[in-house]
Amino acid sequence: MTVWLVAMAACGGVGAACAAAAPNNARAVLVAVFAIGASLCGLIVSVWVVQSGHPVHLATSQILPFNGVELRLDPVGALFVGLTAVVAIAVVIFNVGYSRGHTMSRTSACALPIFVVSMLLIPSVWNVTTFLFCWELMAVSSLVLVLSDYQRSASVRSAALWYAVLTQIGAAAITFAMVVLAVKSGSQSFSAIALHAPSLSPAVRSTVFLLALAGFASKAGAVPLHVWLPKAHAEAPSAVSALMSAAMVNLGIYGIVRVGNTLLGGGPAWWWIIVIVLGATSAVFGSIHSATSTDLKRLLAYSTVDNIGLILIAVGTAGLLRATGHPAFAALALFAGMFHLVNHALFKGTLFLSAGSVLYVTGTRDLDQLGGLFKRMPIASTIFALGTVAITALPPLSGFVSEWLILQGLLHGISSSGTVSVVLMPLSVGALALTGGLTAAAFVKAFGVGFLGVARSSAAESAQEPPRLMNVGSGLLAAFCVVIGVAPIMMVGLFNRVVLVLEPGPNSIVRRHGESFAIQNAHAMFDPSLIAIVLVVALGVAFSARRILSRHYSVRQAPVWAGGRSFQTARMTYTATSFAEPLQRVFDDVLQPSHDLDVSPSGESRYYVESVQFGTRGADLFERHLYQPVFSFVRVIANKARLLQNGSVHRYLAYSFAALLVVLVVAR
Amino acid sequence: MNGAEVSLASVAAVMAQVVLCVFGAPLLVGLMRTVRCRLEGRVGPPVVQTWRDVRKLLQKQRTQPERSSIFFTSAPVVLVATTLAIIVFIPMITTRTIFSGGSDLFAIVFLLLAGSMSLALAALDTGTAFGGMGSSRLMAIIALAEPALLVAILAVAAPLHSSSLSVIVVGSLHHSVWIATPQRLLALGAFVIVVLAESGRLPVDNPATHLELTMIHEALMLEYSGPDLAFVVLGESMRFTVLLALLSNLFFPWGISTSLRAPSLVVAVIALVAKVTLLAVAIAAGEVAVAKLRLFRVPELLAGAFVLSVLAVVSSLVIS
Amino acid sequence: MYGFLIRWWRRRARVTVTIPRGLSPTEVAQIDGLNPRGSLQIRHIDAGSCNGCEMEIASIFSPYYDAEQYGIRLVASPRHADVALVTGPVTKNMLSPLRVTVEAMSVPSVVVALGDCARNCGVFAGAYGVEGSVTDVTDVRLEIPGCPPAPADIIAALRRLSQS
Repeated sequence: MTVWLVAMAACGGVGAACAAAAPNNARAVLVAVFAIGASLCGLIVSVWVVQSGHPVHLATSQILPFNGVELRLDPVGALFVGLTAVVAIAVVIFNVGYSRGHTMSRTSACALPIFVVSMLLIPSVWNVTTFLFCWELMAVSSLVLVLSDYQRSASVRSAALWYAVLTQIGAAAITFAMVVLAVKSGSQSFSAIALHAPSLSPAVRSTVFLLALAGFASKAGAVPLHVWLPKAHAEAPSAVSALMSAAMVNLGIYGIVRVGNTLLGGGPAWWWIIVIVLGATSAVFGSIHSATSTDLKRLLAYSTVDNIGLILIAVGTAGLLRATGHPAFAALALFAGMFHLVNHALFKGTLFLSAGSVLYVTGTRDLDQLGGLFKRMPIASTIFALGTVAITALPPLSGFVSEWLILQGLLHGISSSGTVSVVLMPLSVGALALTGGLTAAAFVKAFGVGFLGVARSSAAESAQEPPRLMNVGSGLLAAFCVVIGVAPIMMVGLFNRVVLVLEPGPNSIVRRHGESFAIQNAHAMFDPSLIAIVLVVALGVAFSARRILSRHYSVRQAPVWAGGRSFQTARMTYTATSFAEPLQRVFDDVLQPSHDLDVSPSGESRYYVESVQFGTRGADLFERHLYQPVFSFVRVIANKARLLQNGSVHRYLAYSFAALLVVLVVAR
Repeated sequence: MNGAEVSLASVAAVMAQVVLCVFGAPLLVGLMRTVRCRLEGRVGPPVVQTWRDVRKLLQKQRTQPERSSIFFTSAPVVLVATTLAIIVFIPMITTRTIFSGGSDLFAIVFLLLAGSMSLALAALDTGTAFGGMGSSRLMAIIALAEPALLVAILAVAAPLHSSSLSVIVVGSLHHSVWIATPQRLLALGAFVIVVLAESGRLPVDNPATHLELTMIHEALMLEYSGPDLAFVVLGESMRFTVLLALLSNLFFPWGISTSLRAPSLVVAVIALVAKVTLLAVAIAAGEVAVAKLRLFRVPELLAGAFVLSVLAVVSSLVIS
Repeated sequence: MYGFLIRWWRRRARVTVTIPRGLSPTEVAQIDGLNPRGSLQIRHIDAGSCNGCEMEIASIFSPYYDAEQYGIRLVASPRHADVALVTGPVTKNMLSPLRVTVEAMSVPSVVVALGDCARNCGVFAGAYGVEGSVTDVTDVRLEIPGCPPAPADIIAALRRLSQS
C-alpha cells in the first residue's frame, strides 16, 4: 500500500512540472489528469486503511533534514485524505470547464497540483518536520492560487496579504508548538511524542495546546482568526475557493484533533471549554454575516466560518465530555463532528463550484445584480438548490443527519456533566439553533434572490448554462450530498472506525439499527430514509390531491400583480440588500454597518430630488476593533523606526561600527 | 422499533391522526375566527367557513406569474406534504406510533422549516416587491423563532435524556409532578410565543390584514389563486393545528393513549380535540385584546422567548 | 378588555338581509362556472369614487350588519377574489389599474358596479377627468344602484351572488 502513497506524491510533482511546461490550452487538462491521479491513489490507500483498520506506514531518513520523511496513514487521516480526494476530483474537473473562458496561468497551473497533493499528504504525515514542510507547502501554494487574478483588482492583492499574514502567524504558532513537543519528548515522530506527552508538565502541555489551537484555528477560520477567510475565499478563483473551503479548512480541524487527542492524549476540561466558546462564537458570528452578505461568495465564505464553528462545538464537547469522564458520549460528539465535517465539505464544495458557474456566466457575484438564473441555467441552478437544501439541514439531505447528531451530543452532554456544562450546553444549543435559522435565511436569500424571480442586470438576463464539465464537477459533489443524506447509514461503520482511533472505547456508541441510527444507552433513534420515503409519499399524495380536486387542470400564465401597476421592472423587486434588512437591524450591534445616504437635488429647488443613493458597508467587527488597532500600533512603531533608516551611508556605517563595539564589549 | 410494531391498530391510529388534522384544522381556524367575531360583538362566519372557502377555491383556475418557475407552483404542495409528514410522525393520540424513527423533536423542527422555506422561495420566485417583502420578513422571524423553539423543546427533553417525542410524552405522563415545575412553565411560555410567531398570529402578524405593508404571511401568498391558495390555507391551518397538538401533548399530556387498544384510542381522540380546542379558543380570546407589534419589536419578543427557554433548560438542570 | 365578556352574552344586533331590492329583474346574479355557496371574496377598487360608497362598504363589515356572517370577506389580492367591487366613475388615471386588477383575478370571477357613479357616472357624468362608467369599460355582471346604496342593499346583492 505504501507504493500508492509514493505515487500520490509523485503525481503532484510530475503534474506541477508538466502543467508548467504545457501550452495554454492543455494546462487545465494536464492538471486534472495528475490531480485526479493523485486523488485516486489517495482514495485507494484510505479505503484500504479504513477497510482493514491497519495503518499504512512509510519512513525514510532521506529527502528532508532531521529524521527524514515519515508517513503513517491511520483511519483518521484516511477520512481526511479520502474527503480531500473526492473534493479535488470534482474541483479539477470543474476547472477544465472553467479554463475554457479563463485560461489558467502557468503559475497557477503549477501551484494547483502541489496544493492538492500537499493537502493529501498532511493527514498522512507522522513526524514534525514532514508535517511542517507539507503545511508550509500548502500555505504557499494556496497563496499563489489566491493571487491568480491579482491583476483584476486591488482587493485580490489585499485579500492575499491578509491571508499570507494570518496563515504565517498561524504556521509560526504551530511550528513553535510542534518544536516544543519534539524537544521535550526527545523525538520528532508522532508516535514518540504521543508516548511522552502525558508525562510532560501541565504548563507545557497547555502552552502547546493553546499555540496549536491558535495556529490551526486560524487555518480553519474560527473567530477571531477568520478575517482572511471571507476575503480570500471571495477573491480567489472559484475552484480554489472550493478547495480551500471544502478541503483546506478541514485540515485545521484535523490539526486540533490530532494534537489534542492523539499527541497530547486529551486534556483538562478548560481546554475544551475554550474550543466550545470559539466554536459557538464562530457559528453565530459567521451565520449573522452570511445572512446579511449580498456578495454570493462572501456569503458562502462566512457560512464556512459558521460550519467550522459547529464542528468545533462538537469537537469541544467531545473533549469536555471525556475530561469529565463520559467517554461514550464523547465518542458520540466526535462522531457528530466528523460527520458534519464531511457533509460540510461536500455541500460547501457544491455551492462554491455552482457560485463559480454563476460568476463564469454572468461575470458578477453581487446578488443584487443577479436573479432569474433558474430559467436560464436550470442544471447549474438545480445543483445550487441541492446544496442549499443540504446546508440548511432540511431532511432528507446530508446536513440534517450531522446537525441531529451534534444536537444529540449536546443533549447528552447536558444531562451527564457538571456545572459548567449547565450553562455552556444550553448556550451551545442556542448557538446551533440560531445558526440553523440564520443559515436558512441566508440561503433563501442566496437562492431566492440570485436564481429565482427576475433578472436584475443585463448580465443575468443573457445568462446560459456554463460548459458541461463545470456542471459535472459541481454535480458530482451534489450527488454525494444526496446519497449521504438519504442513506447516511452506510457511513456509520466508517465513522465508528475513525472515532475509535481518537476515543478508544469498548464499543461504538452510534449503532446501526435496521435502517435507522440508534444511540446506545439512550432512547434516540432516527431513520433518515424513512423521512425521505414519507416525504416522497406525502408529496405524491398532496400533488395528486391538488390535481384531482381542482376543476380546472390548466394554469393561466398572468402578469404579476403589482398593486394595479401595468408594468413592473426588475428595479421594483426585492434585492439581497433589502431582503437582509430586517436581520441587519436586529443584529446591528454585531454588524455595525455604516450607511451612506447620498441625495442629489435637482437644480431648481432642493426639495426636488434628482437621485437618491443608499448604501451600507459593514466591515467585520473583529477587523475593525481587533486588527486595526494592532495595525495602527505597528505603523506607529514603524514610523518611529524610520528615523534610524534615513538613507545616509555614513549613518549606516556608524551603526555597524557601534554594533561591532557593543558585540566586542559584550563578548569580551 | 422502540416498542412499536406495525399492526392494524397502529396504522389506524396514524390514519386517525391524519384525518383528524386534515379535516379538523380548517374547522379549528374557523372556530377561532368565530370566537373572535363573537367577542367583538359580531355574529361572525360559521365554523365551517374555512372549508367553504377551500371548496370554492378548488373550483377556480390556478394562475401563475409569467416569470415564475416550478418553485412557485410546487410550494403549496410542499407545504402540505411536510405538514402531513409531521402529522404522521408525531404522537398525537397514541405514543406508540409506527414511525418512531422519525418521531424526533429536531426532525419536526426542521420539517417545519422546510415548509416555511418553500413558501419564502415561492414568494421570491414571483418577482414582486410584496413577495420579496413577505419572504424577507418571514425568514427574519423564522431565523429567530427557531432557536427559541429548539431550546424550549430541549428544556423538556433534557431531564429525559431523549429527543424522541414518544419518550418525552410518556415521561411527562408518568411523572405528573413535573408538569408544573418552573422549567416547564418557562418552556411553555417560550413555546406559546413561538407557536404564535410560526403560525403568523397576533401579536406577530395579523392574519386579517389587507394592507400590504403590514403583511408577513399574507404577503407570501398574494400571487396564489384557486387550488394553490386552497392548499396554502389548508397547509397553514394544518401547521397551526400540529403546533397546538404538539404543545398540548408536550405540556399537558393527559389523555394520550400509551397503548393501541380501541377504548383508550377513542378517549385519546376526545382528549386531543378538547385540549386543542381549548387552547385555540384561549388564543383567539387573547387576540381580541392585543394589537399587532411593530415589525421591529417582534425580534425583542422572540429574544424574550429565547431567554425564557434558556432559563428553562438551566433550571431543569439545576433542579433535577 | 372585559367588555367583550359582557358583549358576548348580550343579544347581538342581527340584521337579516333577504330581499334583493333595486335589482333589475333581467340581470343574472351569478358567477358562471362557480358555485360559491356561502363563500365570497371581494377585492374592492375605488375607480374615482367620492368615498360615499366606501363608507357604506365599511359599514357592511361593521358589527351591526356584519357581512362576514354570510361568508363575505374583503381580500388583499385580486388573485384571491371572486368579485371586483368597483365604486365611482372611472377616472382616466384609474382606467388602467382597473383593467389590470380585473385581468388579474382568477377565473371564474365577476365585476360588480357599486353605486350610481359606477353605473352611469352619476353627478360626475361628463366631467373632464372621467373616462366613463364602469359598465363602459368592463363587462359588469351586477349593478347595485343608490347614491350611496344602503348597506342592506349591498349585502343583499352580494348574497345573491354567493348563494347561486
